[in-house]
Amino acid sequence: MATAHTRTLSRFMMSPAVLLLFLWMIVPLSMTLFFSFQRYNLLHPERQRFGGFFNYSFFVTDPAFFAAISNTLILVGGVLAITIIGGILLALLLDQPIFGQGIVRILFISPFFVMPTVSALVWKNMLMNPVFGIFANMSMGLGLKPIDWLADFPLLSIVIIVAWQWLPFATLILLTALQSLDEEQKEASEMDGANFANRFVFIVLPHLARAITVVILIETIFLLSVFAEILVTTNGGPGVQSTNLTFLIYGRALLNFDIGGASAGGVIAIILANIVAIFLMRMIGRNLEA
Amino acid sequence: MGSIRLEGVQKSFGDVHVIPNVDLDIADGEFVVFVGPSGCGKSTLLRLIAGLEDVSAGRVIIDGENATETPPAKRRLSMVFQSYALYPHMSVYNNIAFPLKMSGEEKDAIDQKVQAAAKTLNLTDYLDRKPRQLSGGQRQRVAIGRAIVRQPVAFLFDEPLSNLDAALRVNMRLEISELHHQLKTTMVYVTHDQVEAMTMADKIVVLQAGNVEQVGSPLELYHHPRNLFVAGFIGSPKMNFLGGKIAAAHKCHTIGVRPEHVGIDKTKGDWQGTVGVAEHLGADTFLHVKAESGETLTVRVDGEMDVDHGDKVFLTPEPAKIHRFDTNGLTLQG
Amino acid sequence: MARAIPLRRKIGFTALAWLIGLLIFFPIFWTILTSFKSEGDAIASPPLLFFNFTLENYAEVQSRSDYLKHFMNSVVICGGSTILALIIAVPAAWSMAFSPTKRTKDILMWMLSTKMLPPVGVLVPIYLLFRNWGLLDTQFGLTIVLMLINLPIIVWMLYTYFREIPADILEACRMDGAVLWKEIVYILLPMAVPGIASTLLLNVILAWNEAFWTLNLTAAKAAPLTAFIASYSSPEGLFWAKLSAASTMAIAPILVLGWFSQRQLVRGLTFGAVK
Repeated sequence: MATAHTRTLSRFMMSPAVLLLFLWMIVPLSMTLFFSFQRYNLLHPERQRFGGFFNYSFFVTDPAFFAAISNTLILVGGVLAITIIGGILLALLLDQPIFGQGIVRILFISPFFVMPTVSALVWKNMLMNPVFGIFANMSMGLGLKPIDWLADFPLLSIVIIVAWQWLPFATLILLTALQSLDEEQKEASEMDGANFANRFVFIVLPHLARAITVVILIETIFLLSVFAEILVTTNGGPGVQSTNLTFLIYGRALLNFDIGGASAGGVIAIILANIVAIFLMRMIGRNLEA
Repeated sequence: MGSIRLEGVQKSFGDVHVIPNVDLDIADGEFVVFVGPSGCGKSTLLRLIAGLEDVSAGRVIIDGENATETPPAKRRLSMVFQSYALYPHMSVYNNIAFPLKMSGEEKDAIDQKVQAAAKTLNLTDYLDRKPRQLSGGQRQRVAIGRAIVRQPVAFLFDEPLSNLDAALRVNMRLEISELHHQLKTTMVYVTHDQVEAMTMADKIVVLQAGNVEQVGSPLELYHHPRNLFVAGFIGSPKMNFLGGKIAAAHKCHTIGVRPEHVGIDKTKGDWQGTVGVAEHLGADTFLHVKAESGETLTVRVDGEMDVDHGDKVFLTPEPAKIHRFDTNGLTLQG
Repeated sequence: MARAIPLRRKIGFTALAWLIGLLIFFPIFWTILTSFKSEGDAIASPPLLFFNFTLENYAEVQSRSDYLKHFMNSVVICGGSTILALIIAVPAAWSMAFSPTKRTKDILMWMLSTKMLPPVGVLVPIYLLFRNWGLLDTQFGLTIVLMLINLPIIVWMLYTYFREIPADILEACRMDGAVLWKEIVYILLPMAVPGIASTLLLNVILAWNEAFWTLNLTAAKAAPLTAFIASYSSPEGLFWAKLSAASTMAIAPILVLGWFSQRQLVRGLTFGAVK
């Protein structure tokens, strides 16, 4: 399809995109790497000097670091669990014949389109507020003491808020995959004597396995960077109970102005994300062949 | 006016040499058919003439001028694609008018030419419709209309009838042949169907694995195939090939004889055999006979013949119609 | 399925689906509802389903000049980054779709991988660079950033839509005498319009809701709605009804756009790994 005269032209047409993205990657990444080996604080810029692995060891030995890592894992793990299981169930539900399917779908997917700051504030004030929130009202109506969600269960609250936002994504993806399952396969298995549970385990689930993997990988990449919800509700607190790695680095950079430390943290975050990205790229690559 | 010449044309995709070397002359006004099995390079050769692919070596000369470096838009050729390639967002009128618009013609001139083309192809009632509202045959005609309206130096057809059902194919074959008589423009036609080749061509180019096996008129190829491949490709049902002792008796490696040149008798003949499957087409009957020597031959019988599965019969080939081939598959003369 | 679904079963599933749907939608519903209450009603205990409907919150939010300013910031930044990305992405996607080379697939995958970089990893350098170049708290600076983070998705989506255009239609127009720019203008773009529109839609949604760079690179002047709403996280006095009104206005356009873009979402955000 391509002839010589279209080929040189096409290389020219690709270059702005490639060049821009390359710069966007290389320049900040190398700067982060550079700063991670520097002892540099914006409040005392004159004292910038080479620091070797100082930042890394300081970062890693900081008790806040381990709290942040474990919080990140809990956050990602919790949201994944809720969205995947919930997503499968909701997808199965939406796949059934229902009156008003279109509207139900709209109800299901709406949370994904609400901007994170609005979601977080709505949950914080109107649902989770221990005095005026809906949950509080419900508890009092049942005669129970209202829970101060954000103070007593900060990480769990964040998990709930983020899971609410991402459930539609998982549902949509899994529903799309579900609907691509050949109807005839299901019918053939019915003829072979399989009931609903059998069909689910042996036919549906394996077919969904690919989509589930994709959802896990993509959600993980984005969930590692949860930020706005924490900023707007708990600010990482109380203490560091709801601080994830992203928030920790943010604090280091823009609150403490510790450029060196924040950069070291940034490098660690990038490495973590890369591990997940490698698996995701392999899946995408396989699909690009198709 | 519409002569095309390929000199030493080669085409490779990476390490795959799709066309090792082709030299070909197409005279003005000829209807030339490129025919061969899938993957023989016939479509590639057509696309090289069109300019949609670059040659790896050699020259493409159109009307005496070297067109090898010329982009397709400037070669003054028209192409009809297998899938018709109609512009889905344009009406039939605009589809046909498009080439004229690209060459910058006046609106009135365009309208005149489009109406003329539509009349020739019976499309006048459909000019306002979009391609998706047309049947396969109608879309085919729009594609042809778009091609003829430019008054090109030559027409290129890339398996245009493959997507039509059998009855429609026969009709369109006749229409295209009729068009050729009317317009007298050079036409280069690619197909894998040797019936189309035989019925439409002035000259057939038989290709295999990128090589030109033979060039000649349909009857020339039928009566005097240069090698085993052409002999087996042209003519339906396929020519019977026999080796072993029978070929040795004719002093060659393989002999070939067409089903329509084998006589069949219930009591006497050269070779004995047992009747297998019989195909009754009404006007002809094709019998598949398992000869004593082991090969299965196809024999054509005019009209009906009263034989059953398992009957013993005798086959006699017409001596003048036996083709002899050597160990390399080339035809032996004499 | 040709079999008759028992009505009982359909009603059962319908009820369940609607129940769960309403529960999931509830926070959004409650926000919209609260925006029409007075502040006193908004914090009433037990919560009021019926109340005196009022538009005072909307009036007040709209009269605050800073709300309009932030709304316009969002519009400018989303629109600007989308258009800019489109100008760069269309040629790139064209060349990848129609003149693919052996490296095309690798380049595409590399582009997608840039989206997987955690933004916090480059927060420091970007912040410093922006500070030194005077781009902090500017519409321009944020537009560039949002354009860069969404460029891979836009290129990817346009690539998939362009690939769906049959190659022989483009070849036919070349045979018909169209030079490259005419091929793009008369054939490619008209056929790709639905795909381009879908891509635009998805990008506007992603840019409008972006909540990392918009929160960290802006202050008072260029802050879009994400940051403006965030400033409500520790306000003074009664504010729920106003917050609800501001929130409703901030999310309404995207909610509507989002309802129309479900298929594009799957295509764009799974990078084609799910069909």
